[in-house]
Amino acid sequence: MSSVRCVDLCKTYRQGDQDVKALDHVSIEIDEGGFVCLVAPSGGGKTTLLNAIGGLDIPDSGEVWIADQRIDEMSKGELADLRLANIGFVFQAYNLIPVLTAQENVEFVMQVQGVAAAERREKSLAILDEVGLEGLETRRPAEMSGGQQQRVAVARAIVSRPALVLADEPTANLDSKTSDELMELFTELNRHHNTTFVIATHDQRVMRYAKRIVRMLDGRIVEDLEQDAA
Amino acid sequence: MRMTPVLTRLAWRYLWRNHRRTIIMLSAIAVGSWAMIFMTALTRGMVDQMIADGISALPGHVQVHDPEFLDDPSVVNRITIPDDEFARRFDDAGIKAWASRVRVPAVVTSERESRGVTLLGIDPAAEREFSFVSYEDVEGRFLESPEDNGVVIGRKLADKLDTEVGKRIVLMSQDPDNEIADRGFRVVGLFEASMPTFEESFVFVGKATAQRMLRIGNATTEVVFLGDDYRDVDPTYQLVAERVDDGLDVKRWYEIDTYLGTMLRVMDGFVLIWVIVIFLALSFGLVNTLVMAVFERVREIGLMLALGMKPSNILAQIIIESMLLLAVGLAIGNVLAVATIQPLQDGIDISVVAEGMEMMGASSVLYPKLYLNDVVLANIVVLMLGFFASLSPAWRASRYEPVEAITKVG
Repeated sequence: MSSVRCVDLCKTYRQGDQDVKALDHVSIEIDEGGFVCLVAPSGGGKTTLLNAIGGLDIPDSGEVWIADQRIDEMSKGELADLRLANIGFVFQAYNLIPVLTAQENVEFVMQVQGVAAAERREKSLAILDEVGLEGLETRRPAEMSGGQQQRVAVARAIVSRPALVLADEPTANLDSKTSDELMELFTELNRHHNTTFVIATHDQRVMRYAKRIVRMLDGRIVEDLEQDAA
Repeated sequence: MRMTPVLTRLAWRYLWRNHRRTIIMLSAIAVGSWAMIFMTALTRGMVDQMIADGISALPGHVQVHDPEFLDDPSVVNRITIPDDEFARRFDDAGIKAWASRVRVPAVVTSERESRGVTLLGIDPAAEREFSFVSYEDVEGRFLESPEDNGVVIGRKLADKLDTEVGKRIVLMSQDPDNEIADRGFRVVGLFEASMPTFEESFVFVGKATAQRMLRIGNATTEVVFLGDDYRDVDPTYQLVAERVDDGLDVKRWYEIDTYLGTMLRVMDGFVLIWVIVIFLALSFGLVNTLVMAVFERVREIGLMLALGMKPSNILAQIIIESMLLLAVGLAIGNVLAVATIQPLQDGIDISVVAEGMEMMGASSVLYPKLYLNDVVLANIVVLMLGFFASLSPAWRASRYEPVEAITKVG
């Protein structure tokens, strides 16, 4: 069963006087439990595709399906509910809410979901421990390094065990050791919980963990390869 | 409701993210609400004093007259029901106090001057509850009984007439046949009043003495009744009207002194307008603060939307932030208002503008009056208007597209 299905997606942005095709008739299916890296140079369309899959951006044409729901025709409220219940996001930057502590940031999604306080606390402490942030629970983002902030964001994205995790350059601010630890964590979640991962990246180390590499150029998919993950 | 704790926490934290801006805005709200309440208390105090003075200028809360008396205040239009009958009807009726009196226009003459005055023939014991004169503070003495043959006049009138305690003056009015009715009186006391006009206008003699002088037997011209609260005179009015069914005219104090009655109603409107005007000045700062607060966290709003927060939650968060700001500012303003009004309960001396105040019917000492209703009104109006003022920035914040907001360059 496919977790994500995009059919003939097109998206054009206006940049100055020029129209830029961010997605040019892109079709892709990602099975449940997939671990896919979207690889493209800057402006190649990987972030736009990621945003379209996450319902953050509406394509000009084409269809986006998550499980059996077509999301490109959903209202803002329905999209918000879908993201809340099914999708974990890791953005490249500006990932955390600066007025909340690390633990509160991790609890944020669960709080919006209505998870009980005790369960939130238990899960958030466990996941912060898992991403190596034990002891930093009460720090605010401004009191943490870029790598620590990114790990908090990852913890928030996976704490409620979403079916799909969309990550845009998740290792951009991490050192190689932390990157490997993070990817190990992603791999473990993928294996044991069948979580689907779609990761936009330039990072060769990240690509090693992927089961499938999708290369994009100028808004088009130019290569789609299965591989043995590390 | 499920979202309220997280939205409130976010709103509170964001409020203090830029604490300098928040403190400035809080100061503006606190000073604004203090000004609303303080000025309202001063104005209420002034109007209350004017009404209290007006009522103490002998109207009581409810009055009974001959139907023609208010148009032609002479003994021709007198009340012939004797005091005994009034006592039978009202002594156990639950009225706080009542008194009958003879009240007619008269001319007072000393050996040097003449003045037009209001002659009041009173029973000093019954009149004590109504009178603006403190019997104990009278220079000389006040009247001792309805049969007293002396006269008590105001100090200012005494100055004008160039007379004093112990000297004789002549009072002159008309009897029921429109003949001159006059009599000489010895000045037994000089009174002082908060309103200089009262000192010049009123002359007190014993009721029985006045009745004899005016040749009206045991008739009076006015019966006055006192209830518990001048703002709520209807129960007293109903009670009096039920018991006086002799074709006499029963009126509330504000129907007799329409200026004061109107003043009381105008005051309620004035308080509301005053609160709204101050809020309008505050609202510019409030809206500006919220717009800035939203503008500097567009990306965070985008992030929250991306994570699954609904636009309505963003709207609610901004409104809660505004309400918290207003609530804290109002609380400080309320405390400031109480703290500054309380020490002024003994009155503010404004005698430098006494003449102007007197023209308005107010005394030269202002007693601020803090009414819970006024405080509640000011707070509710500010919170309501603040809610509406914050709708626009909150709505804008909730309309952001997540992906555009997240990628917005700061």
